[in-house]
Amino acid sequence: MSSLKSTLETTFCGIPCINPFWLASAPPTNCGEQIMRAFDAGWGGAVWKTIGEPITNVSSRYSSIDWEGRRMMGFNNIELISDRPIEVNLREIAEVKRRYPKHVVIASLMVESKRETWHEMVQRAEDAGADGLELNFGCPHGMSERGMGSAVGQVPEYCEQITSWAKERARTPVIVKLTPNISDIRMPARAAKRGGADALSAINTINSITGIDLDTLQPNPNVDGKSSHGGYCGPAVKPIALNMVQQVQADPESALPLSGIGGIGSWRDAAEFILLGCGTVQVCTAAMHYGYRIVEDMQDGLLSWMEDKGYRTIEDFRGLSLPNVVEWKKLNLNYQIIARIHEDLCIGCQLCYTACWDGAHQCIHLDRAAAIPDTTRTPAMVEAEAARKISTTPIPKLDAGTLDGDTAVTPLERIPRVDEHHCVGCNLCSLVCPVEGCITMERIDSSLPAESWEERGAKGATPPGGREVMNTNT
Amino acid sequence: MSERIPFFQQSAIPPEVIERFGDLHPSFDRQAAVVEANRCLYCFDAPCTGACPTHIDVPSFIKKIASGNLKGSARTILDANILGASCSRACPVEVLCEGACVMHRYNKQPIEIGRLQRFAMDALHKSGAPLPFEPGADTGLKVGLVGAGPASLACAAELRRRGIHADLYDARPLPGGLNTYGVAEYKLPLVESLREIEMLAQLGVQFYFETMIDAEKLAEIEHTYDAVFLGMGMGAIHRLGIGGEELGGVTNALDLIAGYKSGKITMVPRRVVVIGAGNTAIDAAIAARRLGAEEVQIVYRRGPEQMSAFKFEYEHARAEGVKFLWHTQPTEILGDRSVEGVELIRLEATEDGSIVAQTDSAFCVEADLIVLSIGQSTYTAFLDEFRSKSGKVQLERGRVVVDRMTGQTTHPKFFAGGDCTNGGREVVDAVADGKRAGIGIAAWLEAHHVIA
Repeated sequence: MSSLKSTLETTFCGIPCINPFWLASAPPTNCGEQIMRAFDAGWGGAVWKTIGEPITNVSSRYSSIDWEGRRMMGFNNIELISDRPIEVNLREIAEVKRRYPKHVVIASLMVESKRETWHEMVQRAEDAGADGLELNFGCPHGMSERGMGSAVGQVPEYCEQITSWAKERARTPVIVKLTPNISDIRMPARAAKRGGADALSAINTINSITGIDLDTLQPNPNVDGKSSHGGYCGPAVKPIALNMVQQVQADPESALPLSGIGGIGSWRDAAEFILLGCGTVQVCTAAMHYGYRIVEDMQDGLLSWMEDKGYRTIEDFRGLSLPNVVEWKKLNLNYQIIARIHEDLCIGCQLCYTACWDGAHQCIHLDRAAAIPDTTRTPAMVEAEAARKISTTPIPKLDAGTLDGDTAVTPLERIPRVDEHHCVGCNLCSLVCPVEGCITMERIDSSLPAESWEERGAKGATPPGGREVMNTNT
Repeated sequence: MSERIPFFQQSAIPPEVIERFGDLHPSFDRQAAVVEANRCLYCFDAPCTGACPTHIDVPSFIKKIASGNLKGSARTILDANILGASCSRACPVEVLCEGACVMHRYNKQPIEIGRLQRFAMDALHKSGAPLPFEPGADTGLKVGLVGAGPASLACAAELRRRGIHADLYDARPLPGGLNTYGVAEYKLPLVESLREIEMLAQLGVQFYFETMIDAEKLAEIEHTYDAVFLGMGMGAIHRLGIGGEELGGVTNALDLIAGYKSGKITMVPRRVVVIGAGNTAIDAAIAARRLGAEEVQIVYRRGPEQMSAFKFEYEHARAEGVKFLWHTQPTEILGDRSVEGVELIRLEATEDGSIVAQTDSAFCVEADLIVLSIGQSTYTAFLDEFRSKSGKVQLERGRVVVDRMTGQTTHPKFFAGGDCTNGGREVVDAVADGKRAGIGIAAWLEAHHVIA
């Protein structure tokens, strides 16, 4: 039993935080009343729904992707920044800070690209009591058509320029929120750093069209028969966000304190973002789906994991996975794993079999019932044999023994066999297998020392066509 | 044919009887069906498909429900099983597709395949669309089918899809055999059986009802058609051979079930005793409860381990309030002009497994109706009398002997399937037999006529 007492308290670019869980600038942070309820539920901070000259929104605004019965695996919006007057938002910021002095309130800002306008907005937000400022250079829809949001974030020069304007006046930390709708996220990240940003947040939403209604042929969300590309977020985008977070954190010219955003819905997601270097995380879709109450398990789960792992603070594990992400050319080519099917767990669905034949390397076979391994039996042959079999309804009296056949045991002929000599260790079978731990990927000793493509190239042992012709890491 | 009243509009069951036979497995609504469909793992060479006698491609039709391709889902089902709607309701899925589901080994409930199949088939019926198949180009070949039950219907569908004429002869006024008259109404309503057959009729199947087939008529059929399919099912339920069987108030399970399904029986008296413990006995016992009997007892000469009813049928009967008298056997049916009771004796097993009467164990049970359900006799005597120049249809213990892959009998022109060959199994078994025989007949005719 560990007596370790972990804490979620942390500091992000100088801002003390009671926990790293912030609500992202979005509908859940539209007004002071909401944010105070969120703080009561346990959120450590909130980035206010972007403040700027009030806009007019459309109806409808959201659409989503359902996946096999689960709702909102991916979420999309075409809602713009706050539609409330600037002074109302600022007045409420002041009230929230007065009532929740220990909670973090970040003012997200977006105004036209003029130095004086930014100066004024920064001043007003800080006067209201915001703990920091987030510059919204990421909004991909609507605002970008007006030269704001991602229209700024996509041009490194603008990004640097406006960041520096904000910094000229700011007394609190300036966080630049990055758009993922760009070829290389390090470009705007470096620009923000050059402009003097204190921190970054990433990612904003991804340009998306979530789907077309097959009856009306109109896309969603439907605004009088038309739609517009929106911003994609939710669980579906997490891998994209993690990749971009890593790119920024692994780049010395970009690296700054980073608030991770993108598909975070649980403490596990949060831990992954922190392991790749994030100091706080921001959540939106999960709170829109299930309400503010989800933060309770986020806190509880993360603390419990930290205690199990022996981490006292967020800083104890922040960034620990960064060294484990390398360029492909540095991966060990002599590392070999192969699939092992644990017969006692196999339920006989044969998904690994069909996946290996059609999607991988044809090295899983259905030949356990054969006298000798038979790698020539194709899926079509298996299906043809099955089609020829005659089966009848077992009647208790007529078919003694067949009825009480133990359904708890998988018949041997249904348990696939891995041809270990041909298995390339791709993982596919273990990924499609529905049973936890049934297919494990196990290391085999290649008795060769670790060697990467880069090392092989240095020895002149790679074919000329495969050599690096362009350095992509600039 | 055009003025014919659709079969399903010829139901004569009074609504108040139908009301008493509410759906045992209510249908899914659309969203529940999609959620359930998405649970399916989509196994390769799926055990459910293998366990289904008609080899319905279960994962495919389920994935089509999940994707919203309901028309395609129904087509996948019907392509393997022309009575897909009936089977989705009547099949003992617990020992077939759902029994084989790998989910059992996942420590989870099996996929509700039967209800999903019904959902897809109901959607097709509701859409009013015809069968998704066209008759094949006319070959001019003709097949006569004896019986219009599931085996003959399935055989006829295969023949019509290959452009072969199919004429069905049946003793009853409506088609479907036991599918129409013999399945408990809470599983498969009569109208649903008829609705499905109505669709099949659209393929151009001809029916000749209220026609009994004897050796003479069979010879005529042999003469008229290029091939013959025997799908006449089984005969009457065995009699006990004890005193009092001729009394009023003695019936059998099939007559009771057919009676209420054809509207002739709308209620039963207060006390009912069912003799026998097979699936049909259970259906009759539950029917008696639903038709108003207060006391229904099943009398069986062995114990619960030996009864031929499925375990889930037994559980169902108990849930409906049916009582069981194990290790008992009737010795006499008592009554003056109609049944007043039955005299029973207790039995015990001897060391060699046979059962003998316990001495002085006789006792009486009062009853107003006795329902016999101790197995059916075969209905093949006319085949013994039937003489043909080109061969003989061989029987074994009264059953027609066939090559199971093709359904061909020992007489090359005669094919057979269903209960008359297997001794009495499920609707789905008959459909599978009929399907194989239909394909077998077409192949035989093709070879026969090409060579001839």
